[in-house]
Amino acid sequence: MSFEERGSEKAGMVYRTVTEVRGPLLIVEGVRGAKYNEVVEVKLPDGSEIIGTVLDTYSDKAIIQVFGRTEGLGLEVAVRFTGDVMRIPLSDDLLGRVFNGSFKPLDGLPDPIGVERREIFFSVINPAAREPPSEFIQTGISVIDGMNSLVRGQKLPIFSESGLPHNLMAAQIARQSTILGEGEEFAVVFCAMGIRHEEYEFFRREFERTGALDRSVMILNLADDPVIERIIAPRIALTIAEYLAFDLDMHILTILTNMTHYCESLRSLSIAREEVPSRKGYPSYMYSDLATIYERAGKIKGKKGSITLMPILTMPGGDITHPIPDLTGYITEGQLIVSRELHLKGIYPPINPLPSLSRLMKDGVGAGKTREDHMEVSSQLYMAYAEGVKARSLARIIGELGLSERERRYLRFADEFEKRFINQGVYENRSIERTLEIAWDLLSMLPEEELIRISEEHIKKYHRKYRLQAR
Amino acid sequence: MEKIGEIKRINGSLIIAEGLKGVKIGDIAYVGDLKLIGEVVRISGREVALQCYEDTSGLRPGEHVISTGTPLVAELGPGLIGGIFDGLERSELELWKKAGPFIKKGYRVIPLNREKKWYFKPGVKPGDRVVEGDIVGVVRESKVVEHRVLVPVGINGVVENIEEGEFRVDEPVAEVRLPNGVKREIKLMQTWPVRIPRPYKERLPLAQPLFTGQRVIDTFFPIAKGGTAAIPGGFGTGKTITLHSIAKWSDADIVIYVGCGERGNEMADILTHFPELEDPRTGEKLIERAIFIANVSNLPVSAREASIYMGITIAEYYRDQGYDVGIIVDSTSRWAEALRDLSGRLEELPAEEGYPAYLAERIAEFYERAGRVVTLGSGRRIGSVTIMGAVSPPGGDFSEPVTSTTMRFVGALWALDTELAFRRHFPAINWLRSFSRYVDVLREFWERYDPNWFRLREEALRLLEESSRLEEIARVIGEKALPDEQRLILLVSEILKEGFLVQSAFHEVDRYCPPEKQVRMLRAIMEFYRRASELIKLGVPVERIRGLKNLVELLRLKEKKGLEEIDEAEKRLIEEMEELKAEYSR
Repeated sequence: MSFEERGSEKAGMVYRTVTEVRGPLLIVEGVRGAKYNEVVEVKLPDGSEIIGTVLDTYSDKAIIQVFGRTEGLGLEVAVRFTGDVMRIPLSDDLLGRVFNGSFKPLDGLPDPIGVERREIFFSVINPAAREPPSEFIQTGISVIDGMNSLVRGQKLPIFSESGLPHNLMAAQIARQSTILGEGEEFAVVFCAMGIRHEEYEFFRREFERTGALDRSVMILNLADDPVIERIIAPRIALTIAEYLAFDLDMHILTILTNMTHYCESLRSLSIAREEVPSRKGYPSYMYSDLATIYERAGKIKGKKGSITLMPILTMPGGDITHPIPDLTGYITEGQLIVSRELHLKGIYPPINPLPSLSRLMKDGVGAGKTREDHMEVSSQLYMAYAEGVKARSLARIIGELGLSERERRYLRFADEFEKRFINQGVYENRSIERTLEIAWDLLSMLPEEELIRISEEHIKKYHRKYRLQAR
Repeated sequence: MEKIGEIKRINGSLIIAEGLKGVKIGDIAYVGDLKLIGEVVRISGREVALQCYEDTSGLRPGEHVISTGTPLVAELGPGLIGGIFDGLERSELELWKKAGPFIKKGYRVIPLNREKKWYFKPGVKPGDRVVEGDIVGVVRESKVVEHRVLVPVGINGVVENIEEGEFRVDEPVAEVRLPNGVKREIKLMQTWPVRIPRPYKERLPLAQPLFTGQRVIDTFFPIAKGGTAAIPGGFGTGKTITLHSIAKWSDADIVIYVGCGERGNEMADILTHFPELEDPRTGEKLIERAIFIANVSNLPVSAREASIYMGITIAEYYRDQGYDVGIIVDSTSRWAEALRDLSGRLEELPAEEGYPAYLAERIAEFYERAGRVVTLGSGRRIGSVTIMGAVSPPGGDFSEPVTSTTMRFVGALWALDTELAFRRHFPAINWLRSFSRYVDVLREFWERYDPNWFRLREEALRLLEESSRLEEIARVIGEKALPDEQRLILLVSEILKEGFLVQSAFHEVDRYCPPEKQVRMLRAIMEFYRRASELIKLGVPVERIRGLKNLVELLRLKEKKGLEEIDEAEKRLIEEMEELKAEYSR
């Protein structure tokens, strides 16, 4: 890029003309022609440095937003304009490293030296160059593999609530999907935004125990780190993921946790900028902003690697229509919904399949990929479980005795389905064959005529009744 | 007409420049050293505000702005079919070839390929008098689309010369002498400003359905060629899959799919499948009649705003050639958000939820570009543009501004329902909240397949409505407490839902249901209802009817390939019902 040369007369210029500090925003007067989105370094009187970017630029002034701690900011800071947009150095040495949200090493090792430096904000895969994701990832979790299959290059978030075991699930997915990728270059890029130290420790221990730590890059912004840094942390993570996937041909699982904290930072920033707020005070551009993060997942034609994205978010008050889960759901390719009700019943993983969805499942399953009956079985399980849940709520009003024979059967089905299909161990890694076998066992509880989502041919082939006859 | 100004301020996609004298609203300008594309949106004194269509990072005050003096135009000509463009009509396939798999800003590609030669066959000869909109000849653009080269708007005169042979899009194929003696060249390609509707001679009443092969749409909430429909739904309700099905199987001559602020993988999916899937009418691949505009969600928001105008202008151009064009926009909400974003940056006073006060106006203007018309040119050439727009209401709330405004301006509404989607009832179109204002005009079409179509449809809808009321009651007192006639209604509505309304977008046979089959299936189900009602009157308990061995046949009608198979299935069921009748008549 010729950016550097053209902006070079400004690079390194230092200004001490800050006239206003408002939250994370600084107004610097007398700046001639700062670049939009240019990176600045702000030096505080105590000698510490934070970074920021140019948010609004005029012929004679610039408005800066800083990404670090805002305590100690005052009119006497020095602002150095670097003349370039935000870039990070990239190389395969990043594997095994831990950084903070401003890309400063936290592992005691020196700053990374990259083979190249890449812009972190603007990165868009040309839609014409995208390869539609279609390779099944076996997570070993029945309710995901059987009914909401994940494929390479997909972005599938976990919608959870505080106090539910979403971290345990994410770690299990990272651990078990790794095994399937054996023989292929696989790595995890983990980005923490506003999570607690103990949550981070949990992930670190899990990765360490399974040997995934050497094959991971961690970007950490924990609960007590600067809030605004969360705006850049996921972009650093994804820039690294893109490099590993599309330059080094690796399969990358990127975990972003917790997106709720990210969105809250976005809101603080928007309020500081005095923008017209949209729903619940979140900025009106939150959809587009989230898209610039989530849409970086995917596959590219002619390239081996892939980025599979698993954002985790907690739905405020368990409300799925809240702007954070709502806008996320509009961008991601489905969602896994963690249910408090199932959790209280002691079921793990407490994923409620009814509102969960994997949009890309159809492309990753079926004959030649998993098994020919997979999609139909999934559809039938959905229908039967929905009937069962309906019967259950009816039974709450009129009692089980008031139910018809058919409703009672579905009610039993729903109970068994939760106990045997959804429920499994934290370290239980089920093959897709095993998952489908359990599914057929459960479906065999229902009369054959009720299995209308499954073709007759597949019923004849897989239904327990016919398999027993065949023996 | 070029004018040079200087950037004074940059705030996201909004650029303030000075020194651009005499520019007009809508003029395109090149912004900064990278020559990013921008459009003039406000002029106040010396200051001109521009909306920049590309990422502005790295741009700084002091760089130049060059005004072109012309508005944003679409290049129209052979080479559009099978193409994939961004909101400014840059070919994304070309961009990929030239710049790699990631979008680079400031990169120029010309929409229509200038190298490729097309074989032009004249339809008029020297000395012929032609008027604007006349066809001077044709080019085979794809296996199924004959591109009719039109006399551009504003040209009326006598053909001086015209040649058959191979031409590039920007080479003249003919020359027309105007009454004032001036000669004008006609090329395979022409341009048109995207924000101005292309003219036509006369608007016609709608008469034909845009047949989609989707039962719940065609039978219950049909859309006419030249009509408009909106499809609102929260996330996960299957909006995109429904739209893809319509794009794949509808009987439009040309399908234009505008991905406006939506997922990249979805565009990749459709781009992969269209070259593989076969059009049930022509037997050729679907890509032979499709054009894509992919302005995905992570591209700069401002270009989303332009993308739907680009799409509709291309649609009108093929309409003017005499084609029935279907344009699908996924999603108009993202376009409205782009309007809101710009309005906010211009510091306009917001109306509802931050949207500008002119939102309704813009939505109405867009949908009004649909229609069935007599095109310009001599004779009576008829073409149509049908618009189908997705709406993405936040939180699934239909009362929000974009959804509620859109509902006022469309002829059909396919309301998607989260509850149905949870049950994997797809397409999740709610039969109680949807509507179509085209049923009466399309009645004639359907009555060719079955003279009782209208009655069957009304009766089925009534049953569905009745059953949702009964379900409410059953939820409190239990189904068993209802009388048998009412339980039968619940049973039949279950059959209607599972056997008729539910349609798999991926099942080899079921994904496209021809009209004769739709009518036949509906008749079979309603015939069952008639006979079952008789049995109930004879005192047959509803459990016996539910227990009929062949009842499952009704649920599998959709998988049957031909009408004969449906006849046979129905015969088996009727025989079984006759036996039951005999048993109780004794």
